Amino acid sequence: MKKLINNPEDVVKEELKGIELAHPDLVKVFYDPDFIVRADAPVQGKVALVSGGGSGHEPMHGGFVGKGMLDAACPGAVFTSPTPDQMLEATKAVDGGAGVLHIVKNYTGDIMNFEMAADLARDEGIDIESVVVDDDVAVEDSTWTAGRRGVGLTVLMEKIVGAAAEEGRSLKECADLARKVNGQGRSMGMALTSCTVPHVGKPSFDLPEDEMEIGIGIHGEPGRHRIKLEPADKITEMLLEPVVEDLPYKEGDEVLLFVNSMGGTPLIELYIVYRKAVEMLEAKGIKVVRNLIGPYITSLEMAGMSITLLKLDEDLKKLWDAPVKTAGMRWGM
Amino acid sequence: MAITKDDVLNWIRDFAQVIEENHEMLTNLDREIGDADHGANMRRGFKAVLEKLPSVEDKDIGTILKNVGMTLLSKVGGAAGPLYSTMFTKAGMTIGAKMEMDLNDWAQAFEAGITGIAKLGKALPNDKTMLDALYPALNALSEAMGNGASPGEALQKSADAAHEGMLATIPLVARKGRASYLGERSAGHQDPGATSTYLLIKSAAETWTDC
Repeated sequence: MKKLINNPEDVVKEELKGIELAHPDLVKVFYDPDFIVRADAPVQGKVALVSGGGSGHEPMHGGFVGKGMLDAACPGAVFTSPTPDQMLEATKAVDGGAGVLHIVKNYTGDIMNFEMAADLARDEGIDIESVVVDDDVAVEDSTWTAGRRGVGLTVLMEKIVGAAAEEGRSLKECADLARKVNGQGRSMGMALTSCTVPHVGKPSFDLPEDEMEIGIGIHGEPGRHRIKLEPADKITEMLLEPVVEDLPYKEGDEVLLFVNSMGGTPLIELYIVYRKAVEMLEAKGIKVVRNLIGPYITSLEMAGMSITLLKLDEDLKKLWDAPVKTAGMRWGM
Repeated sequence: MAITKDDVLNWIRDFAQVIEENHEMLTNLDREIGDADHGANMRRGFKAVLEKLPSVEDKDIGTILKNVGMTLLSKVGGAAGPLYSTMFTKAGMTIGAKMEMDLNDWAQAFEAGITGIAKLGKALPNDKTMLDALYPALNALSEAMGNGASPGEALQKSADAAHEGMLATIPLVARKGRASYLGERSAGHQDPGATSTYLLIKSAAETWTDC
């Protein structure tokens, strides 16, 4: 597999250096432990948002650090949860005296490492709240699994709660808002190809030309099912139906529709999917009032897409529309 | 039998070498039912441990193991980081400031380490995790010691049981960790965490057999 890298072991460090050089107006980058903070951190009196995860999902999370979104992001090795010292130092660097909210995607490693970091931060006198994102409907939430994965909704939560923090809401208000968002967002993804982790040098799974994976996560692992390839409209149905039914989203609901590229799928195809998704939702009386289309939470160069729905209300719409200035998302300023 | 702090250091160095030789195999196992990072993560972690060891070479066993735990926590990442870290840290805390230990001390430390993993990860037997190699290893060790086996024999039985436990993960459907997202598809594949822990136990048995 051809990659635009040098030594596989240097991928994350070299990426961070590139980010540092590209966006000095937006972020500051720290090394060993590695983390990215907004250029004007700490912002006094504002709740700080910290997230993180394995690298390989760019722009999430490093690309979402800046005004109106995350205060800090901690990048682990590719597809590997970052370590407690990263989150601890990042938390200390952005603590503005109003508490820090950790947004944690529901993966075994993320949960453990963030929990340890939160305990260490509390020992140092910082007020910490943690919210877990677990929007993936492909995984059954049961005692038989590690629980639903945190996927597309994470991006929407970071934007919405980021805006709330920027507005000056309290730590409790931001945490409650994040849990509310988690409660009304659902996602599902699929893959046309696997992806190749730099140090492995070959695809994480072998997918024949005429097959696809349904119900994937974001770490290159296989999905729930492997089936024959279908046209875009059928694939859209296969993802959107379970998402709609899971909450369920009902007639009269206003939603944000997020069609996400896993990295390798181009915009031209995302718009084809978006068209079908809107048609399906309108037929159900569900109104798409906001959208996000593009590669926002990726798996390296995997071809595939995920669909996320988030039920909106006036407050959530306002927070979504609020200005944001990060490398990966920017409007209003 | 006496396992000195130098024997403990030798074990860690030996395991680091074993990881260096087997990291691709571990990655391949993790590629089948996970995200293909177990080999690289363990390798990075134990390389850092090797670099750390000289600074704790003269310390007691408890301190050495706790430092291994702390290093792994900040270098491995993922789920393996905290879990492996807890094992070494709890073991180190149990042994305390001893410069040498006997097999009873080790059995207690081993049990404390495993208890730490179970508490942190909340896995149960047959969830298809590292515990499926560790529990059998601990049980075999205790049983052999209870039956009056020599320390070397007991350690070998422990390693053999870990090996069987590792192989026994193959047909299991994962109920914890990333493999659990695959549901039934995780069956038929050996668990990478059980594999690396088997190698850890095997390394201990081989290093300490003549202590």
